[in-house]
Amino acid sequence: MEFFLQVFVSGLLTGLMYSLVAIGFVLIYKASGVFNFAQGSMVLAAALTFVSFHEMGLGFAVSIVLTLVVMVLLGILVERVALRHLVNASLITLFMATVGLASIVEGLAQFVWGGEVHGLDLGIPDDALAIMGSFTVSTFDLFAAGIAAVLVTGLALFFNKTRTGLYLRSIADSPVAALSVGVPMSRMLAVVWATAGIVALVAGMLWGARLGVQFTLSVVALKALPVFVLGGFTSITGAIIGGLLIGAVQNLGEIYIGSIIGWGLQNWIPYAFALLVLLIRPSGLFGEKTVVRV
Amino acid sequence: MKGLSGRKVFGGWKTIGLCVALAVMMLSSAVFADVNLKMPKGKSFTDHNNVNLKRIIYTPLASYRVGPYAAGGTGYYGGEIDLFKWINLKYGGINGVPIVWDECETEWDTPRGVECYERYKNKGPYGATANDPLSVGIAYALQEKTQKDKIPSITPNHGNTASQDGRIFPYQFPLEITPYDEANIMVKYAGQKLGGMDKLKGKKIAVLYHGSAYGRETINFHNAMAKQYGYQIQQIEVAHPGNEQMAIWLNVKRWNPDFVFLRGWGVMVPVAIKTAAKVGYPISKLIGNIWSNSEADVIPAGAAAKGYVCINTQAPGRNWPLIQTLWKDLYEGRLTGGKNEGNMADKDKVGSVYYNLGVVAGIFHVEAMRVAMAKFGNDIPLNGQYKRYGLENLNFTDEKLKEYGVLGMMQNVYTSCKDHTGGHRGKFTQWDGKQFKTITDKWIEADEDQIWGLIHERSEKYAKENGITPRNCNNPKDVLYDLADVKK
Amino acid sequence: MLYREIGQYKTSYAADQQVFSIRQDRLIIAVLLLAAVFLIPFIANDYWLVAILIPSLSLALAALGLNILTGYCGQLSLGTAAFMSIGGFATYNLVMRIPEIPFPISMLLAGVIAGLAGVLVGLPSLRIKGFYLVVSTLAAHFFVQWLFDAVTWFKRNNPQGEIKPPPFKIFDFVFNTPVSQYLLVLGFVIVLTILAKNLMRSTTGRRMMAVRDMEVAANVMGIPIGRTKLLAFAISSFYCGLAGSLYVYCYLQLLDTKTYSLELAFATMFMVVVGGLGTIMGAFIGAAFIFLLPIWMNTTFGKYGIDPSQIQNISKMIFGALVIFLLIVEPNGLARLWMRAKDKLRKWPFPY
Repeated sequence: MEFFLQVFVSGLLTGLMYSLVAIGFVLIYKASGVFNFAQGSMVLAAALTFVSFHEMGLGFAVSIVLTLVVMVLLGILVERVALRHLVNASLITLFMATVGLASIVEGLAQFVWGGEVHGLDLGIPDDALAIMGSFTVSTFDLFAAGIAAVLVTGLALFFNKTRTGLYLRSIADSPVAALSVGVPMSRMLAVVWATAGIVALVAGMLWGARLGVQFTLSVVALKALPVFVLGGFTSITGAIIGGLLIGAVQNLGEIYIGSIIGWGLQNWIPYAFALLVLLIRPSGLFGEKTVVRV
Repeated sequence: MKGLSGRKVFGGWKTIGLCVALAVMMLSSAVFADVNLKMPKGKSFTDHNNVNLKRIIYTPLASYRVGPYAAGGTGYYGGEIDLFKWINLKYGGINGVPIVWDECETEWDTPRGVECYERYKNKGPYGATANDPLSVGIAYALQEKTQKDKIPSITPNHGNTASQDGRIFPYQFPLEITPYDEANIMVKYAGQKLGGMDKLKGKKIAVLYHGSAYGRETINFHNAMAKQYGYQIQQIEVAHPGNEQMAIWLNVKRWNPDFVFLRGWGVMVPVAIKTAAKVGYPISKLIGNIWSNSEADVIPAGAAAKGYVCINTQAPGRNWPLIQTLWKDLYEGRLTGGKNEGNMADKDKVGSVYYNLGVVAGIFHVEAMRVAMAKFGNDIPLNGQYKRYGLENLNFTDEKLKEYGVLGMMQNVYTSCKDHTGGHRGKFTQWDGKQFKTITDKWIEADEDQIWGLIHERSEKYAKENGITPRNCNNPKDVLYDLADVKK
Repeated sequence: MLYREIGQYKTSYAADQQVFSIRQDRLIIAVLLLAAVFLIPFIANDYWLVAILIPSLSLALAALGLNILTGYCGQLSLGTAAFMSIGGFATYNLVMRIPEIPFPISMLLAGVIAGLAGVLVGLPSLRIKGFYLVVSTLAAHFFVQWLFDAVTWFKRNNPQGEIKPPPFKIFDFVFNTPVSQYLLVLGFVIVLTILAKNLMRSTTGRRMMAVRDMEVAANVMGIPIGRTKLLAFAISSFYCGLAGSLYVYCYLQLLDTKTYSLELAFATMFMVVVGGLGTIMGAFIGAAFIFLLPIWMNTTFGKYGIDPSQIQNISKMIFGALVIFLLIVEPNGLARLWMRAKDKLRKWPFPY
């Protein structure tokens, strides 16, 4: 039982890390209806930029601020140069455009900062914290969960308490209606992309500290995809719940199914689980039901 | 500035650090004599990429310096190119014939590797002399093509394991060690640590392997060894790329083995090290394999990696005469007119695990051609056919290693018609937080008697399925293979 | 001028409905085909055959398969690599385990097996729509990757796990030279392309397009949505399975799950989208463009002495930028550009 609990809880905490990336997906999907596959590359770019600034001898805070500026600029640039011109394009075209974008961001990040592997030490100890008996929790994962909570609270406040947030929610509800009452659409999209850049920075630093800052960071996009789908595309709450569920299922599946049919299932278990849920609820846990008319 | 450990180095300290490093280097330069090969010195050659010359040794390099495995490719090909450059500058090439190369980026992707091979195989006056992709996939995909085109594949520490059997794979050279050797040496090291192979009885060993063809290769052999030495074994697959291992390590911790072998690749290794710390499993029980043994594997794991032990086929570090000479001649500019013309963009990585592996691979290229020219004369067509002969007759005795200035760093390698691996030895290194230190003085040798049986089983199956008659290595004509009709 | 159609009268329904209704088109296609079959084998060297023509033709076949599913039937799929791997592994197992079956039949059977797997993967499409469907195909991708690795039976318990497949052969003729392999792939591609072109003009094809354009409307019109979708999945996977088999047997000569990576699935998707969704020609133009662009950039930049590590980064950026640019300028793909050019040519010099 203790072991089960341990597997379960560590799964939940890991899942939150996926949520951090999935939130980036949600933000952009909500505002512009695009599944931004490049979010993973943005995570890589953010982490690489931060580490490189830091290794140049700049302080922690200065590096964060500089990286933040870079990410915000990158976000705005992407929106201005590419996605704005793809309004009304088909789903597939939009998706493939973001895959192309991922290729640009990956190339650019490595062009500027090189392809070497970096370590990233946030100064948070990463060891086992004994809770009771053999049941331990990783201190770093707890910290990451805390950061995720702060981030989500911040985003919730931003969406619910500020004027910009109100605009954004109106765009998510109905772009046409929002435009007709004078919501500055293009400026708002820039804000969203900038926010996604900030989320990528947070995710990049936490993931970078976990895996080291290297090319493989962009792969987390694939792990966050089932979380995003499970949550239902548009809901930040959905992304969090989805992350928790996927994390737990992945861990439990690896241990309890893996020991029966063979190890190494973690790549497909999240997708299979998301598929199962979708068969019951075709638009995810918190997704909006779409009504189709002829 | 980046330190080797990946930590930042502050401005002020940077200068001091550099001064100290310089001082250390000057001191060590007093200790090490320069490497002088017993080779005629020709006119210094600088036109390293000119394929249009009449007599060159053309060695295209299917390198990779971007993508997920960039760290490995950058070091390996950096070391190799540095050695080639040095031979060209100092001796004007091998016995006066310059080495010329082209680089072709593969991103460790097999189709790209095939494209690179086809692009360069017929270039130069005699065509490419070798295929050197540092990728099992590429080497494997090109196995028949290289055989047909008479271009030897040099795959140190990787490649098709069965091709250790030179009777059936004349053009494949998985030099130094194979996965079987490696697994065997790791078990032997574990036994050594316990104080004898008999002490392994009743112990528990877990093997975490990468979820790929590469990772799975040793499963059966590990099971066989467990039976032989009487320890319990649990082999667990880590799904590619291995960025999430919490469940696995919780399982490992519950079972609590005496050793955990990592057969890892890429991001799997640092995550394994970190996750071990996360669940509170001691790092001292981890032993990494040959592709889990570089700086790129431990730096991302940060402090958790301190004390990590792994196997290596060549000792890392700069404290070897050859590496010192390369450093002074190319990076400090003794041969280049004061300019830094080393291939490594990040100078700190000179002497890293992959860099030294690249230098060793370069030595194989160079020595193979020297052997061939010694046997058949200096005026032979410098093609893969002759290089193959050289690769099959490598004789790295201690004297030879000393001549290259790598005694103690590189292992003895004796290849023959039968054995295309020739080394079967490993050393163990430990990460001290800044660099790898060698912790076993002597080379640990694999039990070849046991391994040959497995190799022959596989190679003979291949021969049967493809209708190949093995060479008879007692027949001198078969040993010379496709050079049997050449006079001299 | 070139495309002047004066004097070409359609005197029967058959003539009006033929695949290439303009004489010039027929001529171009005939010349292309003749050149591909009779000229290229004599003038192309190993590099062109092995590194360029064979892989781009096999990938074009995969793109064609994906285009049937995504371009014609509107179902988003990232499972191409999975279907290709099913084709590759099925061929290998059929050939090695039941040597009595002639090789070409084994390959076709492998395609059928891939097609059946496609139906299975397509089942969720009856309930899940749009982008959500990506999850189903990705689940298939990762599951198949795991399955072929974990269950060693599929690799005939080969310890290395990376398999050298035996060369393709018909009776005693072994296809182990680049020219023969090229001709084999070309043969498959020509036959399957003609089949696809005609299939898409038939009731089945038109049903698929109706489902793509508006599912509800198609349903109201009495088109069996489920059956059409599953049929699209089956045909598409059949094509992909054959492509995956050819890719391994005639090109890479290495059978491993790694061969069929997710990058391959993305690449074929790019081919379809850049080439032109819902066009046969698009699959070919797209395959050529996506496969050749990186190689071309790599060789070209290499000449200017740019640091080799940076060439790849630069090509990545240019590749991405070019793709986005194309999608912005011509969302319907390169095939559409050609159609527009053709229209202009037909009316030139009097564009009224």
